[in-house]
Amino acid sequence: MNIFAWTYIIVTFTFILYIGIAIWARAKSTGEFYIAGKGVNPVLNGMATAADWMSAASFISMAGIISFSGYDGSVYLLGWTGGYVLLALLLAPYLRKFGKYTVPDFVGDRYYSQTARVVAVLCAIFISFTYVSGQMRGVGIVFSRFLDVSIDVGVIIGMLIVFFYAVMGGMKGITYTQVAQYCVLIFAFMVPAIFISLLITGNPIPQLGFGSETLNGGYLLDKLDGLNSQLGFAPYTDGSKSTLDVFFITAALMVGTAGLPHVIVRFYTVKKVSSARISAGWALLFIAILYTTAPAVAAFSRFNLIETVSEAEYDKVPKWFKTWEETKLIKFEDKNGDGKIQYTGPKSEIENELTIDKDIMVLANPEIANLPNWVVGLIAAGGLAAALSTAAGLLLVISTSVAHDLFKKGWKKDLSEKKELLIARIAAGFAVIIAGHFGMNPPGFVAEVVAFAFGFAAASFFPIIIMGIFSKRINKEGAIAGMISGIGITAAYIIFFKFLFPELNSTENWLWGISPEGFGTVGMVVNFIVAITVSKFTPAPPEEVGEMVEKIRIPVGAGESHEINA
Amino acid sequence: MKHQEKHKIYWRKNLQYLSILLSIWFVVAFLISIVFRESFDSIQIAGFKLGFWFAQQGSIYVFIVLIFVYVYLMNKLDKSFNSDEDKG
Repeated sequence: MNIFAWTYIIVTFTFILYIGIAIWARAKSTGEFYIAGKGVNPVLNGMATAADWMSAASFISMAGIISFSGYDGSVYLLGWTGGYVLLALLLAPYLRKFGKYTVPDFVGDRYYSQTARVVAVLCAIFISFTYVSGQMRGVGIVFSRFLDVSIDVGVIIGMLIVFFYAVMGGMKGITYTQVAQYCVLIFAFMVPAIFISLLITGNPIPQLGFGSETLNGGYLLDKLDGLNSQLGFAPYTDGSKSTLDVFFITAALMVGTAGLPHVIVRFYTVKKVSSARISAGWALLFIAILYTTAPAVAAFSRFNLIETVSEAEYDKVPKWFKTWEETKLIKFEDKNGDGKIQYTGPKSEIENELTIDKDIMVLANPEIANLPNWVVGLIAAGGLAAALSTAAGLLLVISTSVAHDLFKKGWKKDLSEKKELLIARIAAGFAVIIAGHFGMNPPGFVAEVVAFAFGFAAASFFPIIIMGIFSKRINKEGAIAGMISGIGITAAYIIFFKFLFPELNSTENWLWGISPEGFGTVGMVVNFIVAITVSKFTPAPPEEVGEMVEKIRIPVGAGESHEINA
Repeated sequence: MKHQEKHKIYWRKNLQYLSILLSIWFVVAFLISIVFRESFDSIQIAGFKLGFWFAQQGSIYVFIVLIFVYVYLMNKLDKSFNSDEDKG
């Protein structure tokens, strides 16, 4: 059977599976719609969180980015896993104990302020929309590359599927579909990885093959360092970013991860505080399976690519090269007219003739390594699972923010549960359509706004939630001033370099050499400092707030009364 | 009053665990993997330079262990303070 047939069969099978689960697990109450009725098993919640977290970017792009940037790519590996330690230790258990539905709920109650709640809602909606547009685009791209339909048709199919199970099932439907999607995506990622590891090093475990000798002798990483230097790139294990910048980007991604609303809300879905802690552990374990494999895949595919194309005669390149050339993900221009492919880096004297899109490292990997057709079919299903699961989680945050935080808590406090549920569903429906629109007509700055999403989460939610739990003295004036100044400075910096003066976006012009991607860390520090200072000079929060903080800190049932201790 | 005392000790113990575990987190993720990476890279184990390995593999394993250790410590603490949710 050919690649096309395999892809169709596997993708159709997985879609039927997701829809089946959605019908089985549809939500009947707002509790089920928002947080799956708090009845999710921690291991399954960990799996769902992992699928929710690992987006099209993790599945398709991350290994490719690492492959081309070597050590510098570590910022994503460290940042997107290290954030879970912060989540498990500093956020998840307390937010679960708090026990309401959303992050803005916490902000609004802890800082006894409607303004704080609204700022939080707007941040949540903005972050989620940014993210979800990228996912829809990812769905469209996978469809168009593997199933031979246009990107727009791909986006529409993706919209219909997500619409079906997010609108009907709410958090409950999403959670159980995400469990299935995790299984699909991890299988799809691991199978080619194991094959390629075997092929290059003879070791079936990619994490070990990564540090092994290649079949022709010599350690893989040493050989890569050599090949990279020879072709004029920075050595693979060294990278070219400054240490300070790597530090700040890593910190921004970690803190941003811990502050993303669609990740935080997952910890509201479990039964107990102790389950919230352990499910963060399971989530990281499931994520780590992909995240420790990705750098290995990155190294294998880099090696494979250089061995295959460098100095190869263009007429004799393997078939995959031409297939992907048609999609314009590979571009070759024979500048010196010798009929051979010169692939060189910035430090080389020979002109580079080859441009390769980073996504190709995962998408074309099975073909480059000559793997069986069904493996190629798996990649499409895996990419779709990753994109759909993340999109669904984000759509839920948007619909909850609108129905619960704005309608119910904002201006219609007497809203009946039935109506609230209806509004949540309508909001989810609208969100799907808007996301689909952006997926079909992506604003040119999708890649740029991702830096925004993490920077915003780092500079807004993380600090005020942490202070809300670990300090009783931070008041509403401090929290609002902190959030606004943190977001303000981060946004100003990113807008300046990404939108207003992109030509200035280089190390010499950056403040202390920190790139816009890493500036969320500065925003976070500013938020902390401003919030603490302003709180010092304004009245302490009312006594009930101190009591509430006390309750959040202790896992025991909320019914107990506590003496005030402000 | 008794409750309050107990909660204070519980919370102090929790903060103590947090500071130890987060220090390890910081050392592994930021010091070994980033700031002093080059010095650690001079040590090579099999095909891996140590600093590079921590940045792309080791840190992630340490993160998992940290969370599970925290879960273990807190569950024990909850039991000893009888603030176990099942009984509470």
